[in-house]
Order: sequence, then C-alpha cells, then structure tokens
Amino acid sequence: MSSSFRIFDIAGSALSAQSVRLNTVASNLANADSVTGDPNSVYKARLPVFKAAPVAGSKDAAGVQVLGVVENQSAAAKRFEPGNPVADADGYVYAPNVNVVEEMTNMISASRSYQNNVDIMNTAKDLAIKTLSLGS
Amino acid sequence: MAAINAGSDPIFGIHARALAVQAKRMEVLSANIANADTPGYEARDVDFAKILANAGSTGTTSGTSASSHSGPAASTTDPRHIPIIAGDVDATAGGALPYRVATQPSVDGNSVDVQVEQAKFADAAMHYQASLGFANGRIKELMSALSAQ
Repeated sequence: MSSSFRIFDIAGSALSAQSVRLNTVASNLANADSVTGDPNSVYKARLPVFKAAPVAGSKDAAGVQVLGVVENQSAAAKRFEPGNPVADADGYVYAPNVNVVEEMTNMISASRSYQNNVDIMNTAKDLAIKTLSLGS
Repeated sequence: MAAINAGSDPIFGIHARALAVQAKRMEVLSANIANADTPGYEARDVDFAKILANAGSTGTTSGTSASSHSGPAASTTDPRHIPIIAGDVDATAGGALPYRVATQPSVDGNSVDVQVEQAKFADAAMHYQASLGFANGRIKELMSALSAQ
C-alpha cells in the first residue's frame, strides 16, 4: 500500500504549488493600483514557474515543484496624473503591468486544480482506510 | 510444493495483484492531475493488461526468493508456509510507462486533459474497491470456515 501514500506526496506537492500560484494572484491583484513616480521601482506582476519533479520512491510518477517566481518584464503603464502626490517631475505616474482579467482567470484555474487534488487525496484516503480495515 | 501461478495469490487470487496494479495506476494518474498546469508535462498511464500479462511470466513465488521491494524483504522458512508474492509492480510494468495520446494538445506542450484523467482515476479507484471487496469476502469466508460455524 506504499503507493497510495505516494499519492499524498504527489497531490500534496500540487496543492502547495497551486497555493503559491494563488498567493501570486493575490499579490498581483492587491498591488494592481500601486502607482509610483519611478518606472524602475513600480510593482511588476509575479508568476510562479512549475516543473514536474520526481517524488521519492517512484520513477514513473512526478509531483510538482515551484522552480521560482518570475516577474513580468513588460513595461509599466504610464499615466498623466499631475495631481497625484507621487507623480514625477513631468506629472506622470507608473501603474503595475498587472492584467486584472488574466489574474482572475489564473485564480479560477488555480482554485480548480487545487480542488481536483483535494479530491484525489480524499479518494486515496478513503481507499487506504478501507484497505487498512480489510477483513474486519 | 506445487507451483503456483506467479500472478495470483493462493488466498486472494488475482485480486492481490490487481490491487497493487490499480494502486500504481492511481499514483500515475494522480501525478498527471497534479501536473495539469506544468508546461511540457506529458500524461502517462499504466497498461493494465500488459502488467497482468507480465505478472504471469515474471515474479516467482518460491519460498525464500529475495524480494525486489525496497522495504524489508519477507521470506518463508517452511515449505508449508503460504508463499509471498515477490514480484514488484514496477518490475513487471514492462519498462517505461506509455504516454497518452493528447486529444487536445496545448501550446505549452502539456498533454494532460484533466477530465480524462479524473474519469480514469475514478475507474481505477472503483476497480481497486472491487478487488478490495473480493479480498474482504475471501477473508470472511476463511474466517467462517476457521470458526467452523
């Protein structure tokens, strides 16, 4: 039955990877309107990078590993807001390159994947319990 | 001692083997679902029929054969003991697992279709439960025989 316990490792790695993804979405959405007067220090949208990583004791099945979180390098949106206290000398502010629609779809996708893996773990748990109570 | 079909257990028959294979299959399918969002990941599956066919030819049940399991190897010390199935699922999987043919391949190279994987996982879980049910019935049978009621 060691296999069914490996399912917990695999699905667990996916849960933590998807929660990292949800965290970056939360961070991006929270900072969607954090404007600054300096184009270099403006918040950049963050994205996790996933990679399949082998789990201990299994050569065929792979879990998920978060290689790191990268920043979207596209240019910040420049807006003319001379009344804004953080505006630069020319009256411009720089808004983060966060695409709110993209973030919302990312959030739904991460949430669905998370739920899928929770379901997998529940099924594996039920089967493990049934196996352990075999014959009783 | 009479040779026993390597693929089957003297008490549980084919179901001991089927449980191990379905557990392995669920592991591979859960890896597919876990990697549903991983770029470049290709979905795999266990070929149940192939493993079962291989189980008949490999994996001996002779009393003291060394087990290929990573855990402590179990062995019998008397020919009248019930033999221990030594064949490992991984060893009889017939090499690398086959990759699934993607129905809707995505741009990032990921070939996991979550709905397909979920359906197959449910299928594997159901077969696992069925084998568990047969094993349970067998235990109950033997218990009632032993208690002579």
